[in-house]
Amino acid sequence: MDLFSNLAMGFATAATPENLFFCLVGVILGTLIGVLPGIGATATIAMLLPITFQLEPVSSLIMLAGIYYGAQYGGSTTAILINMPGESSSAVTAIDGYQMARRGKAGTALAIAALGSFFAGTVATVFVALFAPPLTTIALKFGAAEYSSLMVLGLVSSIALAHGSVPKALAMVTLGLLLGLVGTDIYTGTPRFTFGIANYADGLNFVALAVGVFGIAEILRNLEGEQDRTVLSTKLGALWPSRTDLRAMVAPMLRGTGLGAALGILPGGGAILASFASYTVEKRLSDRPEEFGQGSVAGVAGPESANNAGAQTSFIPLLTLGIPANPVMALMVGAMIIQGIVPGPNVATEQPALFWGIIASMWIGNLMLVILNLPLIGLWVRLLKVPYHVLFPIIMAFCSIGVYSVNSNVYDLFAVAGFGLLGYVLMKLKCEPAPLLLGFVLGPMLEENLRRAMILGRGDPTTFVTRPISLTLLILAALVLVIVLIPQVRRKRAEVFTESD
Amino acid sequence: MKPTSFDRTDAAAGILFIVLGLIFGWMSLGLDLGSPRRLGPGAFPLILAVVLTVLGLVILAGSLKSEGEELGALAWRGLLFILPAPVFFGLTVRGLGFVPSLFVTTVIAAMASLRMKLPAALALAVVVTIFSTMVFSYGLGLPFRRFGPWLSF
Repeated sequence: MDLFSNLAMGFATAATPENLFFCLVGVILGTLIGVLPGIGATATIAMLLPITFQLEPVSSLIMLAGIYYGAQYGGSTTAILINMPGESSSAVTAIDGYQMARRGKAGTALAIAALGSFFAGTVATVFVALFAPPLTTIALKFGAAEYSSLMVLGLVSSIALAHGSVPKALAMVTLGLLLGLVGTDIYTGTPRFTFGIANYADGLNFVALAVGVFGIAEILRNLEGEQDRTVLSTKLGALWPSRTDLRAMVAPMLRGTGLGAALGILPGGGAILASFASYTVEKRLSDRPEEFGQGSVAGVAGPESANNAGAQTSFIPLLTLGIPANPVMALMVGAMIIQGIVPGPNVATEQPALFWGIIASMWIGNLMLVILNLPLIGLWVRLLKVPYHVLFPIIMAFCSIGVYSVNSNVYDLFAVAGFGLLGYVLMKLKCEPAPLLLGFVLGPMLEENLRRAMILGRGDPTTFVTRPISLTLLILAALVLVIVLIPQVRRKRAEVFTESD
Repeated sequence: MKPTSFDRTDAAAGILFIVLGLIFGWMSLGLDLGSPRRLGPGAFPLILAVVLTVLGLVILAGSLKSEGEELGALAWRGLLFILPAPVFFGLTVRGLGFVPSLFVTTVIAAMASLRMKLPAALALAVVVTIFSTMVFSYGLGLPFRRFGPWLSF
């Protein structure tokens, strides 16, 4: 069968000693930075991104994928141990995970999270391998109009699935799109919004934006009120879950995986929604719903599986359509472009080794996480005790080196400071940075397709609504927007996302 | 936190978006808008700028109807030391060279915390500089000059 030969090729690519090594380094580094409190997967990847640029494209993407899983797992670790989720998707884990830790079952909670993630990751990898190729075939038929509409749908749904105010998120997307347009216009060569600075003619550096808005802004926020974190001083407890725990986690894990795999494909990043949804479902189905919030095994196993499955399947829109489903995938697009790969349906046909290698490395990365992290949990806990004022200067030094090493452009370092300030101001104004990054990556792509569609449509804007696929996508986008603005849904949405606070 | 009569956070966000929208819009007008058939470099940015301004107005209008909370503490010290750190690195990495530039950058960043005393910051910067030079310069072989022309006597 095609699937098996393809997967075999993927594993052959991913399992070379070199790539295994980079996957391992990625997983370790990702976990290392990910366990730092308050730093989620996106910030971690933004900071580590530049390290991967010196590598071959395949190795660099495999390492990035490793960083991603590592960072996610690191986020769950801080969520469980100090009730400080790095990213909103692990906020749900914090609810019951932290309670388990307080009852002296921190080790069990961490093990459940790791096992659930591994299982979900395995299933979702197969899912990606099954569904990515047929989608690629469909995507190859897309024209410029369809692509424009698809990107609009992606941007709109990214808002629906994120939390916070809808108009603000829309404004952030628009601002991101505008920032993405800075630089030389591809059709006419006119410099735009560069304030006459020639060094910005190639556009604002993507790494600078990501590091500034996610990394530096986060550091600034953590410096606001310097307070000591209370790391659990209690023992980790037994690592291996007991029989009862194992039995209690199987069903939630299966349901979580299914939910996560399905929601993860949605443009806009379903991983966050998936973990919230899974928690709600488990609470409904449980015969002891009162346990939730008090350290329920199902409350950790379900969302963690959903989270990881969703993280995995969110690669599908990226690999098939070249459209990032969430900020992390936006970072991946940025990395691919810097490596000279144009993300999209052509990757699967033109660079099968890369395509399948990434898919295979997902599974390998997950396996490494389990093998590595269960014995290393003690080390991560000790890392949590390193005071923040020692950590952030190190992070700043690495950020500076990293951003500079991309293009050896000193103006990128000035841009980092600027974006750090912008990110901090926007964060203070309660504007989520994720849609901004998504818009920034999609800005040039959207404009190019829009203009091409207009040329092909002979200047008739109805080309977007007369082509059936394009029309369907636009209707979907409009529907999503209408739905999130309906008062009841808006209230319900606010409820779902605040349950974790 | 004390509630305010209108949501100042949202109001500020709205105003920020309006201002940014107007700036981008004004700059777009200076660019060629093109024709519907062949959109110019200014067309798409102008549309986006208008959308951004309108969204800013919506957010501003919404803020007047709802109560809000105060902004809370600002990281003044953080802003004062964290932001200049990469700028300093940018200004000096070519002239001073990688090693001294990174050392000072780390010290500047470290001063952002009240808990960091100068001796500790210096010690930390030494460790970071040695580690980074080993990893990035020798290990990964990034093309940095370790000591720049400003230091050659």
